[in-house]
Amino acid sequence: MRPVAIIGIGKTAFGAFPDRDLRSLAVEAGEKCLKDAHVSPSQVEAYYLGNFAGPSFVGQNHLAPYIAGAMGITGVPCTRFEAACASSGSAFYHAVSSVAAGLNDVVLVAGVEKMTSQTTPKVTEILAGAGDTCGEVRAGATFPALFAMIARRHMYQYGTTREQMAAVAVKNHENGAKNPLAHMRKVITMEQALKGKPISEPLTVFDCSLISDGAAAVLIAPLERAAEFTSQPVKILGVAQTSDYVALDQKDDITTFGAVVAAAQKAYKMAGVTAQDIQFAEVHDCFTIAEIIATEDLGFVKKGEGGPYALAGCTRLTGPLPINASGGLKSKGHPVGATGVGQICDLVYQLRGQAGERQLARHSLGLAQNLGGSGATAVVTILGVA
Amino acid sequence: MRSGVVYTETMVHAAPEQFVADAPYQLAIISLEEGGRLTARVDGERVAIGDPVEFVGDRNGIPFFRKA
Repeated sequence: MRPVAIIGIGKTAFGAFPDRDLRSLAVEAGEKCLKDAHVSPSQVEAYYLGNFAGPSFVGQNHLAPYIAGAMGITGVPCTRFEAACASSGSAFYHAVSSVAAGLNDVVLVAGVEKMTSQTTPKVTEILAGAGDTCGEVRAGATFPALFAMIARRHMYQYGTTREQMAAVAVKNHENGAKNPLAHMRKVITMEQALKGKPISEPLTVFDCSLISDGAAAVLIAPLERAAEFTSQPVKILGVAQTSDYVALDQKDDITTFGAVVAAAQKAYKMAGVTAQDIQFAEVHDCFTIAEIIATEDLGFVKKGEGGPYALAGCTRLTGPLPINASGGLKSKGHPVGATGVGQICDLVYQLRGQAGERQLARHSLGLAQNLGGSGATAVVTILGVA
Repeated sequence: MRSGVVYTETMVHAAPEQFVADAPYQLAIISLEEGGRLTARVDGERVAIGDPVEFVGDRNGIPFFRKA
């Protein structure tokens, strides 16, 4: 297997863009990425696209060649990957596999979602399609409801509190306010977070990530060729994708995501590092409880200690282990298909020292964790300066 | 018929399009006495983790339970 590097990145702002269509967002991210790496469309050997529900949100299928063609990329494999909110994490995993195996050299990986043209109840219904539609969804489960049930159980088993979850939201908004590409650049107080409108108890609107439009892209190549394209290559040290049951009621313990634990173990082994070596992370905070569980599943803290760790401020920009310096899905926004590759871009900004006001002091080894559904797909990626 | 214990629960306020008229409604995962778990709606009195519940019946393909 060949070592693989990231040689370019490109992101759109995340937000609600009524005048933008899905294709124009994906094209903007892709073209920014190619420009960043000084690569022309004719040099791209494959296009891997993560998208959860373009056909449902905007009525467009056959998305990968549709977008690639608009960038002048033709005559190469163009494929869409769907794994709920881990769609572009999955596209990234498979793209890295193809370059590592020697099938391709220069591969463009992207993610896109256009969600805000639908009403919130309709978006809720489309997102619920990532659950078990013959069971939990038929009974009336939404994604906030599934994570609310996870939160209730975590509170019951470990004493996790509403304040600890609210601390995640307050911290992520504080970080997102410093990110020019974030959807909601607004600081919130603990009191606001605790008194938000109930969505699915115990979760309020401030525990939930945003419904957003947006796209992100990264360009990868063999590490040995990286210097042809960039003076700041980023090395992909470890990457793993794993799975679990789709339905929450099929899992023995819903306070942990088995797929995340397994993907993390594989990625750490591949990278030759441990959880304690990681200096910063972008984790999948689709809901505040998901960030708390991620810090446990990734091995940063012991099981049940994620809540107190967040409330103590350990995951803030100035803490020992900054989590979601970008603002996370909570403040940066969550255009679901774009989230996985977006997290990779956010790691790269930090590794290159290009994160502006949110630049971290220690920034040579970072981890991204992307979650699909209520944990049926997980992708964990570890990146370092090459 | 079937009985069980509440494994976890939530009160859903923001419903998907097809259930907007039902909101707010309580949803729970029930650990069934016969083994396995089932996601169901809760009828009547609100329940909490650990509460015993009994099966009421299916309505439009949705299983309903209530506090036993």
